[in-house]
Amino acid sequence: MSRRLLPPLLTGVLILLAWLALHTALPPSQKFLLPTPGRILAAASERAPELAAATGWTAAAALGGFALAATVAVGFSLLLASSRLVRAALYPYVMVLQMVPIIIIAPILILWVGPGLPSVIIVTFLISFFPMVVNNTQGLLSADQNLVDLFRMGKATPWQQLWLLRVPAALPYFFAGLRIAAVLAPIGALTGDYLVGTTSGGDAGLGITAMICSTRSEIPALYATALIACALGWLFVGTVSAASWAALHRWHDSYNH
Amino acid sequence: MPSPVVQLTSVTKRFGDAPPVLDGIDLTAQPGEFISLIGPSGCGKSTLLRLLSGLTPPTAGTLDVLGAPPGETDRLAYVFQDPTLLPWLDVTGNVEALLRLRNLPAAERAARREQALRLVRLTDHARHYPRQLSGGQKMRVSLARALTLRPDLLLLDEPFGALDEMTRDHLNEELLAIRAEQNWTAFFVTHSVAEAVFLSTRILILAPHPGRIVADIAIDFPHPRTDELRRTDAYLRLVAEVSRQLRAVEPSHATP
Ligand SMILES: Nc1ncnc2c1ncn2[C@@H]1O[C@H](COP(=O)(O)OP(=O)(O)O)[C@@H](O)[C@H]1O
Ligand SMILES: [Mg+2]
Repeated sequence: MSRRLLPPLLTGVLILLAWLALHTALPPSQKFLLPTPGRILAAASERAPELAAATGWTAAAALGGFALAATVAVGFSLLLASSRLVRAALYPYVMVLQMVPIIIIAPILILWVGPGLPSVIIVTFLISFFPMVVNNTQGLLSADQNLVDLFRMGKATPWQQLWLLRVPAALPYFFAGLRIAAVLAPIGALTGDYLVGTTSGGDAGLGITAMICSTRSEIPALYATALIACALGWLFVGTVSAASWAALHRWHDSYNH
Repeated sequence: MPSPVVQLTSVTKRFGDAPPVLDGIDLTAQPGEFISLIGPSGCGKSTLLRLLSGLTPPTAGTLDVLGAPPGETDRLAYVFQDPTLLPWLDVTGNVEALLRLRNLPAAERAARREQALRLVRLTDHARHYPRQLSGGQKMRVSLARALTLRPDLLLLDEPFGALDEMTRDHLNEELLAIRAEQNWTAFFVTHSVAEAVFLSTRILILAPHPGRIVADIAIDFPHPRTDELRRTDAYLRLVAEVSRQLRAVEPSHATP
């Protein structure tokens, strides 16, 4: 077995053992609070079609919000990096976007957009946009001053300076922001589903499913939705990490062998 | 008499309201000269190179660089103290980066790149990325990149300052060998008197506050110069003499 896989697998086994030990230690009347992995699996397979649909729905919402945030963040950071004046004028309002509590946005969204997928995508967008725009902007401004001088002396056009210097220099920052957003997007989609989702037309995501499980006190199924949400997060982060590796491993110090 | 490569007349440079960094510099460089600038830290050596390259304008006085105001020639190349490479490009990409900015056709780029790589003896490392190179190799890439411009004037700002002495000596010899093939005029900033004496046809000593030229020393050793030169009495005497003159302007030695 490879050296890279062994440590996380061992950790996983330890967590599983601790879980089982805790379950055993609980008094019989409390055991329902922490069902065994076996019972969680059973509950998941009982509700497999429902969970699969909910997972697909939440994954779509997360991906939609994430892609929208990534695209807008790239455009916006190019704007922010273009001049000090633009930054001074716009940065405070970018921050506001992150500071407005989703709990308060939610009812407004329901009024304006109505419950459903578009609102959930907007919540996901709001949650994952900020780290990306901040990182991208920082990255675009991070090019080494000597390299900027070199390009100036080489009579680089603003376009060349952007594409051949500032954008590549920003890539490590871009992927760092993307990775944070990849963690936040599934959480955003879940929260969004919970707050501004809808059950009509079988459009339930994992957030609504979790809510239903909890009102019915179906604890093993509740655990199943939580684990699926984690798996979704891992899938997002894993994909971004793979893309980051492909773009950076040859030259960036964060991938020193 | 060929027209000078560089002509400075009463050049003064100040930043904001601070006292001038350079004051009343008069300087003429003829084709083929290798001029070292040596002087205490902060006396304006880098500023002088930046003036020549057009990166910064003078406060007063006139500069003529290759027959035009600074920044208007495309036959000038600059080598920074740090290798200043693009870490996301391999050696090939870095060496031809400046040619790309000029939109030269691919065949022309390749020809110039291969020649420059051969001159700095890095042909075997063309596919390496900067982080896989030693300090000396990175500096060679930086030099090769400058040489692709086929410059008539080469400005080097402490290019070998961060290297160990062995590597520095080797690179000095290589630099002179390349110069013999290409015949540019050079301005070379250094803190090493030994390096300056080995490389130069002329050494200018600068004094600070304000920066000005206080000594102009011709170095007449014949070319080609090899490692042998470093062990001759004439060389060692000259190093000692330049060091003595430099100590006179170093702030820490000015007052006993
Ligand atoms: N862009 C700048 N703005 C203000 N002061 C500067 C700037 N560049 C250089 N200086 C000042 O000019 C002086 C000479 O700097 P420099 O030419 O880098 O010296 P050297 O290369 O001889 O060590 C220093 O005192 C430095 O602080
Ligand atoms: Mg300097």
